[in-house]
Amino acid sequence: MSAIIKVDNLSKQYHEVKAVNDISFTVNTGDIYGFLGQNGAGKSTTIRMLLTLIAPTAGSIELFGKNLHANRKEVLQQIGAVIEKPDLYKYLTGYENLSLFARMSGVKVTQKKLNEQLEQVGLTERANSKVRTYSQGMKQRLGIAIALIHDPKLIILDEPTNGLDPQGIADIRNLILHLSRHQGKTILVSSHLLHEIELIANRMLIIDKGKKIMEGTVAELVDPARTMVHLEVTNPQQVMAWLQNSRWSTCLQEQNNTVILLQMNKQQVPELTADLVKAGASIMALQPQNSLESYFLSLTTDNRHVDTFTN
Amino acid sequence: MWTLLQIELFKIFKRPRTYIAFVAIAAIVVLIQLALYLDGKTYVNFMLQSIERFNVEGKMLNGYFVCYFILQTLLIHVPLLIALVGGDMIAGEANMGTLRLLISKPINRSTLLISKFLASTIYTLLLLVWMAFLSLLISLMVFGAGDLMVFQSQVIIQIPGSDVFWRYIAAFGFAAIAMTTVAALSFFLSLFAENSIGPIVAAMSIVIVCTILTTMDLPLFLSMKPYLFTSHMLGWKGFFDIKASANGSAELGSIQNLPGILKSALILVVHIIFFVGATVFVFRKKDVLS
Repeated sequence: MSAIIKVDNLSKQYHEVKAVNDISFTVNTGDIYGFLGQNGAGKSTTIRMLLTLIAPTAGSIELFGKNLHANRKEVLQQIGAVIEKPDLYKYLTGYENLSLFARMSGVKVTQKKLNEQLEQVGLTERANSKVRTYSQGMKQRLGIAIALIHDPKLIILDEPTNGLDPQGIADIRNLILHLSRHQGKTILVSSHLLHEIELIANRMLIIDKGKKIMEGTVAELVDPARTMVHLEVTNPQQVMAWLQNSRWSTCLQEQNNTVILLQMNKQQVPELTADLVKAGASIMALQPQNSLESYFLSLTTDNRHVDTFTN
Repeated sequence: MWTLLQIELFKIFKRPRTYIAFVAIAAIVVLIQLALYLDGKTYVNFMLQSIERFNVEGKMLNGYFVCYFILQTLLIHVPLLIALVGGDMIAGEANMGTLRLLISKPINRSTLLISKFLASTIYTLLLLVWMAFLSLLISLMVFGAGDLMVFQSQVIIQIPGSDVFWRYIAAFGFAAIAMTTVAALSFFLSLFAENSIGPIVAAMSIVIVCTILTTMDLPLFLSMKPYLFTSHMLGWKGFFDIKASANGSAELGSIQNLPGILKSALILVVHIIFFVGATVFVFRKKDVLS
């Protein structure tokens, strides 16, 4: 597979602050590449450098095998992007916004194509309404339509599910999967919602405080040996006492009211269940969480925003 | 470039706020015309009372006089209306968040800026055409034509009616350069803000401060005057300064100080080039963080 994005030793410094610190990564053709990090980790700064909005302090960016800054126009013609929230011209209609940005993308787009694009993102009925009357979800979908209108090979979506309701999030997720599977697009999607990335990405990069922490496939990064098990019982004091004196004592993480948290290899979960039943535990729920969320939290050094990651 | 210019004009003229300036000018011009129509003779007599033994033949309160009166009053305030659009060109996009979307498109940053500036210049020109239509053509229709009497300090200049119209065309042409200078200034200031209020207020503050410096005859300010663009913005009045022949009659088609007017126009053009050039230079290297 050929690399569509190749970033080497990229850095961006604002005075004393290193927003991005020596990051390197590669996105291959056909990837849905998850770009993960807390708010302020450096995701948006990196994406802005990929789109030439800001200039790197150091490092190089190659897109489609070409140096970005030497071939800016040619490279950007093949990229569609939604950068943070999709801010559009509120005094124009959805159709006018789409038409205007299509012309700026340097391709001739027919009225039919514009209507088809609006239909793809479910905005046909509101195409002639002013954008100021749109909900956040509709703006996000229009932003994606603008990113797709010139049929780019690479789509960059920066926090595409921000501010959306659950249905809106599901719609965006399905659209991303559709674009990848049926239209062969390469997609770079950043988010702090790890669950979303886990559901759609095949490869991912985790950054924290501007530094790369890990890059790899989702399967590689989810270690079954470190599965978190959420155990909910009606008699937590008795169960905790039993666990502390059992072979599972080393797995205990914490207790919060009726919920006990353990960490173990996923293959051990059936044994734990059997032991708990034998010990007379009144189990309400036992849920292994082999997700990136717990993995991400274990990797990043600053967990102050824990609520953000678990919503 | 042409596509971008079309897009920028489309955006300008789709915004309701664009029409505030057109409505404001129409309202002021019509009010002045109404006031002069109802009580213009009193005003003219008041102005003539200090001048003894001066006989005026023909109708002094004519369309040309009304237009001159309007221009003298209005052209000082039009820069505010120009700054409303000029100051919004970049800062407004940054405020809306659309600037980052524009920059991520395969468009050269310089081309984008120049098309934006050209669009704000076209808006400026249309505003002046609208002003010319209302203040000159409507005044001529309502008040009729005649000789133009221009009061300059203690002198009255009488320009024959047949020699006035072209002077107005030239004056509006000069005003277009002067107003484009204000557009360029507010456009430049627009680069440093993320909402349009700052550049609009800053542009107006600069125009006001420079105008005050221009009008003060203190030695320190006198040395600065030739370099201040505000010193040259009223150069349009020079087109109404007609030469007098040896017998005291007006020389048709003449201008007292044409080189002075051309020099003022050139200085304004240099200011425009400087402001636009500086905007392009800074913007090419600017990180778009909005």
